[in-house]
Amino acid sequence: MAIGEPMKIRAALSGDTTEIKVLMNHEMETGQRKDAKGETIPAWFIQNVLVTWSGKTVLSAQWGTAIAKNPFLSFKFKGGTKGDKIVIRWVDSRGDTRSDEAVIA
Amino acid sequence: MNRFAWLAAFAGLACAPLASAQSTTDEIAKYRAALQDGNPAELWEARGEALWKEKRGPKQVSLEACDLGKGPGVVKGAYAELPRYFADADRVMDLETRLVWCMVRLQGYSDADAKKNPFGNGADKRSDLEALTAYVTSESRGVKMSVALVHPKEVEAYRIGEKLFYFRGGTHDFACATCHGENDKRIRLQDLPNLMTTEGAQKAYTTWPAYRVSQGELRTFEWRLYDCFRQQRFPELVYGSDAAIALTTYLAHNANGGVYDGPAIKR
Repeated sequence: MAIGEPMKIRAALSGDTTEIKVLMNHEMETGQRKDAKGETIPAWFIQNVLVTWSGKTVLSAQWGTAIAKNPFLSFKFKGGTKGDKIVIRWVDSRGDTRSDEAVIA
Repeated sequence: MNRFAWLAAFAGLACAPLASAQSTTDEIAKYRAALQDGNPAELWEARGEALWKEKRGPKQVSLEACDLGKGPGVVKGAYAELPRYFADADRVMDLETRLVWCMVRLQGYSDADAKKNPFGNGADKRSDLEALTAYVTSESRGVKMSVALVHPKEVEAYRIGEKLFYFRGGTHDFACATCHGENDKRIRLQDLPNLMTTEGAQKAYTTWPAYRVSQGELRTFEWRLYDCFRQQRFPELVYGSDAAIALTTYLAHNANGGVYDGPAIKR
């Protein structure tokens, strides 16, 4: 499912700094929960996040099960001009991946 | 320890619960403020907008011709005037009921298919109705609530809703008013709004639907009422029923004048 559901990305320039805010659609199952039948729900979470600005990596993160469902990520980096392309890509523990783009506004 | 020291110590103890209740409320308010930016409800809004525009159902048409009360296709500000009387259905409808109506009339779904999954649960059980509701309500953000009581059926719905609000029943002899009729009531650590005051009604009604962090789901006003009925040990509130719409009409009208600010985020 997560594959089909876009992230919500905002990229805004303020002075010489670009602020990225992104909401991702993901269940982020911890592997600690049990379903109605008492069986463990297997872990399923985003493992790697990569953010590039005009092809250059500005953030690379390794995530675990402590990140909330439908994660919100916000960070800043120096640089960026309006119209530059931001690409955000994640890979989850099932090997599924999703990539979305935005331009700096 | 002399007697005065004892008294002072006792007084200190007596104050402690009050002080901690106050700080808990403050901390929850801070928590909400921190989550306001990056509310996952936006994911539901986006999915709802896509669903609204997508050609779906047996007839393969979009919902863009759906009349939410301000004319076919007008979404902006529509939620702030709902529930309202719809002549084509000869019935007062809230947003969710109207969406089901449009899915049946325009898209050709059966009534049962249209509302078979009103409340989503995780990736395998996404609710289209929750997403559509999130989209439509988001288009009323910043609009003042203005629910009319003009048509006799609107007045009737309001009166029935008022009765339901005060109706005591179930194994606990509860009414909505039991919890929502006084200031400073709470359930666990959550403050409960006093829905009998204009301020309380506005604050509560204008912040539904909401993303419930504890559930990881977006919940609509129909869900809010459904779950209140469950908590009261009332019979199950049927989705889109006259009772649900009447109660919604009562609470929505009482919130008139308040600026709509949903979908919000709640613990």
